[in-house]
Formats: sequence, C-alpha cells, structure tokens
Amino acid sequence: MSAEIKYIDEPHPVSGLTNSKLGIWLFIASEIMLFGGLFSSYILLRVGSAEWPRGASVLNVPLATFNTIVLITSSVTMVMAWASLMKNQFNKYRFFMAMTILLALVFLVVKGFEYHAKFEHEHYPSTSVFYALYFTLTGLHGIHILGGVVVNSYFLFPGTKLWKTNPKQFAGRVECAGLYWHFVDLVWIFLFPVLYLL
Amino acid sequence: MSHHDHHEAAHELSWIQKYVFSVDHKVIGIQYTITALIFLFFGFCLMMMMRWQLAFPGEPLPVIGNLFSDSTMPGGVMLPDFYNSLGAMHGTIMVFLGVVPLSVGGFGNYLVPLQIGAPDMAFPKLNAASYWSYFIGGVTMLSSFFVPGGAANSGWTSYPPLADIATTGQTIWLFGMVALITSSLLGSVNFIVTVVQLRAKGLSFFRMPFFVWAQFVTSFLLLLAFPPLEAAGVMQLMDRLAGTSFFLPTGLAISGTPMAVSGGGSPILWQHLFWFLAHPEVYVLILPAFGLVTEIIVTNVRRPLYSYRTMIYSVIFLGFTSFIVWAHHMFMTGMGTTISNFFQTTTMIISIPSVILLTVLLLTLWGGSIRYTVPMYFALAFLPMFAIGGLTGLPLGLTASDIHLHDTYYVIGHFHYVVAPGTLFALFGGIYHWYPKVTGRMMNRALGKIHFWISFIAINGIFMPMFIQGIAGVSRRLAIPNIYEHAQAVQGTNVFMSCSAWLLGIAQFIFIYNFFMSLKTGEKVTSDNPWDATTLEWLAPTPPPHGNFSKEPHVYRGPYEYSVPGEKQDFSPQFVA
Repeated sequence: MSAEIKYIDEPHPVSGLTNSKLGIWLFIASEIMLFGGLFSSYILLRVGSAEWPRGASVLNVPLATFNTIVLITSSVTMVMAWASLMKNQFNKYRFFMAMTILLALVFLVVKGFEYHAKFEHEHYPSTSVFYALYFTLTGLHGIHILGGVVVNSYFLFPGTKLWKTNPKQFAGRVECAGLYWHFVDLVWIFLFPVLYLL
Repeated sequence: MSHHDHHEAAHELSWIQKYVFSVDHKVIGIQYTITALIFLFFGFCLMMMMRWQLAFPGEPLPVIGNLFSDSTMPGGVMLPDFYNSLGAMHGTIMVFLGVVPLSVGGFGNYLVPLQIGAPDMAFPKLNAASYWSYFIGGVTMLSSFFVPGGAANSGWTSYPPLADIATTGQTIWLFGMVALITSSLLGSVNFIVTVVQLRAKGLSFFRMPFFVWAQFVTSFLLLLAFPPLEAAGVMQLMDRLAGTSFFLPTGLAISGTPMAVSGGGSPILWQHLFWFLAHPEVYVLILPAFGLVTEIIVTNVRRPLYSYRTMIYSVIFLGFTSFIVWAHHMFMTGMGTTISNFFQTTTMIISIPSVILLTVLLLTLWGGSIRYTVPMYFALAFLPMFAIGGLTGLPLGLTASDIHLHDTYYVIGHFHYVVAPGTLFALFGGIYHWYPKVTGRMMNRALGKIHFWISFIAINGIFMPMFIQGIAGVSRRLAIPNIYEHAQAVQGTNVFMSCSAWLLGIAQFIFIYNFFMSLKTGEKVTSDNPWDATTLEWLAPTPPPHGNFSKEPHVYRGPYEYSVPGEKQDFSPQFVA
C-alpha cells in the first residue's frame, strides 16, 4: 500500500474537515489556553494588589485604537485574499495577502513606537506588575504577529508553487493561515480593553 | 503534505534520510523510544548517586565520587547544592524526558497509526519536528549541568521565589521546558488529527483498541494543560531576565537584605499554573500505561475485556476531571478551606474512574486461561503496584491527613508507586510485547523473567519504606536526611532502600543486554501475529514497511473478540471478515 495520507485536500466525510483544518483548530485551542493562563494571571495579580493604575492614564490609547483598526482591517484583507483564491483570481490574492502583511508590519512599527516611548519615560517591565503584564502580554502577542507575518510571507512568495500543482490544497493552507490570523486579532481585541481601558 | 516527495520506495532514501531525519512514524517512534530509554537510565543514575548520600550522609562516594569537580563533590563528598541539582534534574528528566516521551512519543507514535490502520501520522513532517524539538529540549537540559552554579536546583516544580533567584541553571531549565512544550504540542495535535481522520474503514470510535483511546485522551490533556505552564515559564523567564515581579511578593528579603524588585507578585500564582499542567500530567503518565497493560492482558487471558465501554467512559471522564483537581497539591498554601474542600471533593471523585479501570482489568482475569508470557508478568505486576500508588494517594487528597503527610517521603512513595512500578512496568511489558512486531524476533524469555523478578523485588524495596519514613515525618528534599532528630529513628531504612536501588540498577543491565542481543540471536517469529492477537498492528508485515500495510485494511468487529463461541480459533481478529 502506498504511503498516501488521506484528507489532505478533500474534507473527511464525517468530520467535514481536512487534516490541516482540524489541526489548526486544535492549535488555536492550545493557544487559547496559553493566553487564558496569562489573562488568569492578570486577574489574580490585579485583585491581589493594593493599587493598580488605570490603563488610560499610563498607556497611549489613541495609538492603540489606531492599531486595533489596523489589525481588524488586516483580518478583512486576509479573508479577501482567501476569497480571491476561491474565485480563482490569483493576482487579487497576491494583492490582498501583501496588504495583510503590510498592515501587520504597520502594527508592529506602531507598537515599537509605543515601547520606545515607555522606555524613554523609564517605564520598564521591572517597574511594576502592571508594566510587567503589559510588556509580557503585548510582547507575546507581538511574537504571534511576527509568526503570522513569516507564515503569510511564505504563502505570498515560495509557497505559491503549490497553487500550480494543487490549488485546492493551497487554498486550504491559506485558509488555515487565515484562521490563525483571526485568532491573533481576537487576542488583541481582548488585550486592548483589558490593558488600555480597564 | 509529504506524500509528494515520498512516493513509495520509488527512489532510494539515503541512510540519513531513512534513519535520522525520517518522517516515517515507526522510525520516529523508535527514535523516541531509544532516546527516552537513555534519558530514563541517566535520570536513574542521578538518583543512584543521591541514594549514596541518603544512606551514608557526608561520606565520600567511592571511585565514582572522584570523577566530579570540587564545586560538586569535593573529595567525593556530595555538596548540598549538588544534591539539590540532582534531585531537580532527576524529576525533570524522568517525567518530561523519560516516561512521557517513551509512552506517548515512542509507543504512541509506533502503535497508534498501526492500530487504526493508517499509513502514517496525519502530519509526518510535524512528527519529525516534534521529535527534534524534544531532542533539543533534552540536550538543553543536560547542558545546564555545565553552567556556573550547576543545573536547576529548585526542584522539578521550580517554585518561586527560590526558582526566581536560583543560579543560571534555572534559566536553561526554562528554555529546555519551552522546547519540550513545543514538542508535546506538535505531537498532541498530530495524534488527535490522526485518530479523528485516518481510521481504517469500519473502525468506528467504539471499535478502537483501548490503547488508542488512552492516547487520544492523553493528547487532549497535553494540548490543553501544557500551555498554562508555558505562560508560567515565560513569566518566570521575565522574572529572571527582565527583573519583573510576577512571582515575587512585596517586601521580599533574602538573608535579611530586601530585594531590589518592584514586588506585588504572587508565588502562589506559579503553583496554580504549574499544577494546572502537572496534575493532568499525572494522567499523561498513567493513561498510556493503562492502554499498554490492557492490550497485554487481553491478549494473554484469551477472553474479551470485562467491560470495554465502561473503560472508555471512565477514561473520558478521567480526562475531563483531571483539569479540576490541581489544587490538592496546594492544601498547605493557606488558600482557604472553601477552595480546599472543593478540590478535596473533586479529588475523591476522580479516584472513581481510576478504580473502575483497575477493576475492569482485574475482572478480565477472572475465568481467563492466562498465558504467563514475560509481558504478562509486567502487566500483572502493574495492577497491584498501581493500586498501592492510587490508594496511598487518598490520604493526600484529604485535607486533614495531608497536613501531616505533605512534603514528606510518603508523597514520594505514593507517586513513585504510580509511575515507577506502575507506568514503567507497563512500558517494560510493552517493549517485550511489541518487540517481535518491530524487529521480527522475540526477546529472551528466561532473561526477561529474571529481569522482572529482580526489578519487582528491588523496586518495592525502594518505595515501600518511604511510607514508613513519611509517616515518621521525614521531609523530602533534605540533602542530609538525618539532620532532624525525629528522622534518625528511620535512618536505617535508607541503607536498605539504597541497596535496593543499586540492585534495581544492576537488573537493568540484564534488560539492556537482552534488548540488544535479541536483535541478533532472538528466536525469529514465523507469523505476523505471534501472540494470536486481534488488533490491526498484527496484520501488518513484520517489521511493517513504509506505508504499513500491504493492502488497505478493513475492520469488521470490536478490538477484543477472544474465545468467541462457535469460532474455530480462540481469537477473531478485527481485520478478518
């Protein structure tokens, strides 16, 4: 028997999922537990502390709002990229994928400015538990954004070879990258109010 | 993904592609097995050195002691810091680099695709990445012995504030853990997808062998319980490298000097996050072992499992419940009686499915015609050993009795009974049982039985006296075991336990010899199904080739149809129509 593995591009008749789609959902489940652990730590440390700064009074809310819009837009372009593949419009796919990556980079640059401003005012992770959480949570989220940029860049450049040989599998991969990307956005949607507004 | 570049044996793979950077689940399974066995023996060696210090505190270790540097064992006498390093690394290596990689990475990888009739894991490259991530994690851990201050010495639990202020070894421990967590994450996703998607035709969930079920539930535990520890690991790294105070309370002073940190953190937070992983981890250690023992017992009693469905429901329930018992490790932290009561109750509840699993296996023996093969010896020994481990856990799960027993040798005895003569015996049994499938030869029976009897007697000689020491109040993690007066009365048992440990060490050479010699001189198996078993791995050619089966398998019945009335043979394999 050949070592052919089934359900790589066709969904399983019972589960209705391809292998990679089920895989990415499971991966996201574990990511939820990772950030869940950190958010739980936030709650535990905050209720256990005598004083806690109001996010808006120490962090830059306008910049973060701008970044929120940037990320939500990037989620939209990610969907557009995948939808273009489904409609067999490869050039449009390239455009929207490039936009997604560009917006992610904009987010990271803005975040860089925010960090820089904090360091200039001598606000470091060691300053207080609030800043420790701020830097750890946004830093870990930033690493996830960076991971998304790497994956999406792969699907924008060398990964496109697969489009010619197996377009279905390629579209499936982009969909999985999209699911991950939406998850990373969602984490920010939680981070923004928790850190900046509450 | 990889089927494009690995189309059959159309082109010959180089030796390195075939045996080192392989993507075949069987090769990866063997890589895991060998690496984990080496780590197990290494971790055991650390303990055998500690046992010298425990038996003869302060006396120089003959011969071997002279091989160590002055910063660890000057004149052959073990320094307390080095003892702490050995203890922390023994725990870490046994749990994260030995038992779990052997049971999940080794047996799981090799057997799950075969038992469900799949050609490979769903993501072969991810599978290889998982092994290499584990390998890197292991090497990282080992390298920490050579940094200033030695390896991590804050216990395998790495409780802060101690772990926050410990030497560099702790930082490396954390980096090693991140690699190991990555490995287990990739592995668990792979297992779940494989089981859900790649089962052979006719193999419904309720026809899966119990071992596959055990691995399936285990994968969910690994997938969901490890990430919070990763979060905790990141926070401890921040504490150590960026000067944050996640786990450092306000006003913390070391030797009377206030620490220059912001404070405001909570050492208890680490314990919550750590045990949120580490309690499910207990079931990660035991469930695959239960799976192996079930397969071995059913094959060797020639009758069906007493109640297959009860076992499945129990294992699922066990999986869920294992997420809500973690704080029974923390009764002494002062978290309050309300929370303690909650966790005490859930802990009593979780003992029910464990007892059901054990009872079903015990009842399966009733009325069977037992074949006393070497794997069966180990499987049968597993039952009472796990029972001792489980039952001695009950006083620890009840808050009142835990106050006396907490952090004593009683705890060490309890969990070692679960993991050492429990899980490890199951793993040994598994090696003897599936060796003919992997290699085409049997392991030597006489040597196997000698290995079993010496190990069985010696391992009880180590752990049984620990209950006595614990009840006498001897604390764990003491570099000088008789430093307190109340411990001196039971110091004599330490000599007996240490001799047992060294005897156990010697017995393992019989196993190692048998393991390698049987490759060449073992009796060749004449059939693909030497034990007359029923599950799918025995349909595959011996040893299974790339792609596993000669034609796509089809499943016609449940996994354990032995001695079906009216059949010519006493076994009706799943793959026979």
